[in-house]
Amino acid sequence: MVYIKQYPSRPYNKREILRYMGVSGDYNDPSINDLMDECINIFEKETVVSNKICFSEFDLIIKGKQILLGEIFFESEKYAKKLAECEKAIVFAATVGIGIDRLIEKYSRISPAKALAFQAIGSERIESLCDTFCDDLKNNSSFKPLQRFSPGYSDISIGFQKQIFRILNCEKNIGLTLCDSMLMSPSKSVTAIVGIKKKGK
Amino acid sequence: MNIRDFIKENILFLDGGMGTLLQERGLAPGQYPESWNITHPDIIKDIHKSYFEAGSNVISTNTFGANLLKFTKIELEEIISSAIKIAKEAREESKTSHPKFIALDIGPCGKLLKPYGDMDFEDAVKLFSETVKIGVKYGVDIVFLETFSDSYETKAALLAVKESCDLPVFVSNAYGEDGKLMTGASPEVMIAMLEGMGADAVGANCSLGPDKLFDTVKRMVECSSVPVLVKPNAGLPKSVGGKSVYDISPEEFSLVMKDMVLSGVRIAGGCCGTTPEYISSLSKSLADVVPMEIRNKNTTVVSSYANTVVFDKKPVLIGERINPTGKKRFKQALIEKDISYILNEGISQEEKGVDILDVNVGIPDINEEEMLNCVIKELQAVSALPLQIDTSSYTAMEKALRCYNGKALINSVNGKEESMNAIFPLVKKYGGVVIALTLDENGIPETAKGRIEIAKRIIETAKNYGISKNDIVFDTLTMTVSANSNSPKVTLDALKYIKDVLGCHTSLGVSNVSFGLPNRDVINSTFFAMALENGLSAAIMNPHSEDMMKVYHSYKALRGLDENCGEYIDFISTLPEKTTVTDVKNEVQNKIDSNISPLKFAIVKGIKDDAYRLTSELLDSCVPLDLVNCDIIPALDIVGRGYENKTMYLPQLLMSAEAAKASFECIKSKIKSDNSSSKKCPFVIATVQGDIHDIGKNIVKLLLENYGFDVHDLGKDVAPEAILEEVIRLDAPLVGLSALMTTTVPAMEETIKLIKTKSPKTLVVVGGAVLTEEYAKNIGADKYAKDAMETVRFAEKVFNNK
Repeated sequence: MVYIKQYPSRPYNKREILRYMGVSGDYNDPSINDLMDECINIFEKETVVSNKICFSEFDLIIKGKQILLGEIFFESEKYAKKLAECEKAIVFAATVGIGIDRLIEKYSRISPAKALAFQAIGSERIESLCDTFCDDLKNNSSFKPLQRFSPGYSDISIGFQKQIFRILNCEKNIGLTLCDSMLMSPSKSVTAIVGIKKKGK
Repeated sequence: MNIRDFIKENILFLDGGMGTLLQERGLAPGQYPESWNITHPDIIKDIHKSYFEAGSNVISTNTFGANLLKFTKIELEEIISSAIKIAKEAREESKTSHPKFIALDIGPCGKLLKPYGDMDFEDAVKLFSETVKIGVKYGVDIVFLETFSDSYETKAALLAVKESCDLPVFVSNAYGEDGKLMTGASPEVMIAMLEGMGADAVGANCSLGPDKLFDTVKRMVECSSVPVLVKPNAGLPKSVGGKSVYDISPEEFSLVMKDMVLSGVRIAGGCCGTTPEYISSLSKSLADVVPMEIRNKNTTVVSSYANTVVFDKKPVLIGERINPTGKKRFKQALIEKDISYILNEGISQEEKGVDILDVNVGIPDINEEEMLNCVIKELQAVSALPLQIDTSSYTAMEKALRCYNGKALINSVNGKEESMNAIFPLVKKYGGVVIALTLDENGIPETAKGRIEIAKRIIETAKNYGISKNDIVFDTLTMTVSANSNSPKVTLDALKYIKDVLGCHTSLGVSNVSFGLPNRDVINSTFFAMALENGLSAAIMNPHSEDMMKVYHSYKALRGLDENCGEYIDFISTLPEKTTVTDVKNEVQNKIDSNISPLKFAIVKGIKDDAYRLTSELLDSCVPLDLVNCDIIPALDIVGRGYENKTMYLPQLLMSAEAAKASFECIKSKIKSDNSSSKKCPFVIATVQGDIHDIGKNIVKLLLENYGFDVHDLGKDVAPEAILEEVIRLDAPLVGLSALMTTTVPAMEETIKLIKTKSPKTLVVVGGAVLTEEYAKNIGADKYAKDAMETVRFAEKVFNNK
């Protein structure tokens, strides 16, 4: 069974947005903050965020480096170890929707500086949405979720995306599609796996 | 009985959910439901039968995801033919006697169309055509396109149906709680496009329960002239004791559905979570309800992917600036394929408040068909305004109408047989509102009566093509007053008659009136006011003309079209106060303490507007080359070095680059000679095949342009052959390639190999998120650039060593 959830947006973490824009540490040029704030305003005014998540829970079986989640599986030595104590796992897909892509498309043609800012805002928004979902998992179950991880990172093949899309029916459930290159559209989207173990373990 | 006749008199009942029922009977998660047509035909037949017996008039074949992305051609035919066979058997075996129809069910293909996804529009049309053709071959009564969440994909699917058969077609979209599709279309937007293309019914299904779809459905009934269909979910799924349960019962479901039918819905069924029980309850509760009459709404409406513009009392402004006529800089942009210049012309008019953008890119030296197609696609990616497609080439018109994401304004048809024969079939097929010029084989009549006669003939001919007069907007042709002082009266008399007596909307290209006269805006705006008072519905005009905008806003206020004169007051507040350029200069000068020049300062600080204004002022007294060498380039170097030394950040580098670009743009528009000879050398740039994000590439492009390179941007998702072709055409010494994903690096490698074989002296510089120095070397690149500045430095080195 695949479930769908939609969350309200959390406040912006502007430090994170700046980090995604390639700005770290101290700087004394207010123009960067102005640029970020202007783009946040445009984003708030012109787009509707979808903030949708679809997810499903699976029994977790580990055989060597193979990790089986119901009908689907992937290989990872690293995560075979990390997930050893887990009995179940949640697989989810999340998206902030296509609105931010429209802004990135538009401004990459007319103002790369703003496009960079929108890119950063989108990245911060999707991570914040995933945090919201994982906090929700933590607070509302008798299980303890571990750190989420995604296909294409560490030693997990990005090809695993295909299986996730098929099992979660992401297109129909939250309007998320997969390109041949395994890029997702809308682009500010995440698929991830969260191992869960019984609380107290 | 024909289903088109049946829906005229009756409420048509559709079926309910299929997927949820199959899951209950053991369909595994991730398994394709369509495969059960082969493995479990009896179960599918049972479900169909129980829907017919519950009162459904239409059952949808189990073919929602049956397309060539999921199945091979042989599998596809097998799956669809079995699905239809099963459905027909179910129809024969079910005992009830009410009229029963079989719909070929088609859902979205699972991919997003370009530019946001990687599916090409025409490929999507082909994909759906394959499914439709098999359905037609095995015999169905209607085609049902359902659950589409993107307007563009919906258009592709409907076009495929229209090009493959004459069957009735119902189109239903998945609306969210905000009343919009995932890609932003409202019900009004969808209905404008779908009605225009000839859908037999339009509607909403899936995503929500009937209660939450009610508002969306009401809006549909209000603007649709064809039957509206609704097929909601049984609410939302909840987990109860490990089992999933939908939260709306059959009784609650049919209660809300009955309300919908009483408000005008004509076709009703259920989607996810609904069962024969729901349909049975629905058909029983509606047994005695008399269906509401479907009225023709008689609206003249065009749409983009997100907005509609309705021709009504409020004048419609059509921005005329995307047009090369008499504009040297625009022509140059077309020849250089400088799309961003053209897009800026669109965006700046949108900011001035126009409702529609006219798009004309016809000049003799270019392939207009290709350019128009490209500009339409690019414009609809950056602007939510509907477009007016303006070309005299019928083939370019058709190509543009195909790829347009909405119901376009078509410019234009006229009273000549040849013109009507070419344009009306396009209006009928793709939908659209057409501008009709009151001229014919004998030219432009000199009397109002003559122009009115042509208008009448155009309306009659359109009718024969099945085009309503609501989809025609008449242009009675503005002539030059300095050549004939009576001509404005003729134009306006014809206009008034057509509006008042023939009942059609009107449009004029206002500014033609003042050719040859000084202070043209004064004449134009007065004529504009006169035309509005005589019934002008829309004007093709320049929104940057303050005089024209003043007339527009004051007319609305005076005609009671602007509540509390709010828009007028807002407009007046946007008018610039009279500041001189010297003030601006002083303002900038005040901010600085060193002896850095104001222009240099503006560029270093990334203040775009100041950079443009200062350049414009300085050009009165300086040679362009001095400005470039003494101000712009040194400013760019300050920032470039700051970035390399990590004292400045990427956003600052970009803002400053944009300011420099504004300066260059000002120089370009002021100097008379063609300045392409002053450019360094060609630099071809592209994002490789499969990769659909190009922000990094655009950053590199911006910087290279500022440093004087002749950048040829091929865009994103570009095939190796296309890149090579451009390299050879330009004899380019440098190519820049970007890739974002490990999965697209092989395409980069292939491109490099191709270039190295066919044009060995060309150097390839690569960049992108997944690349490293070593990786770049392995795939044969000459240079890995970690950022845009490094690309610039490399290109300069190559150029200087030449």
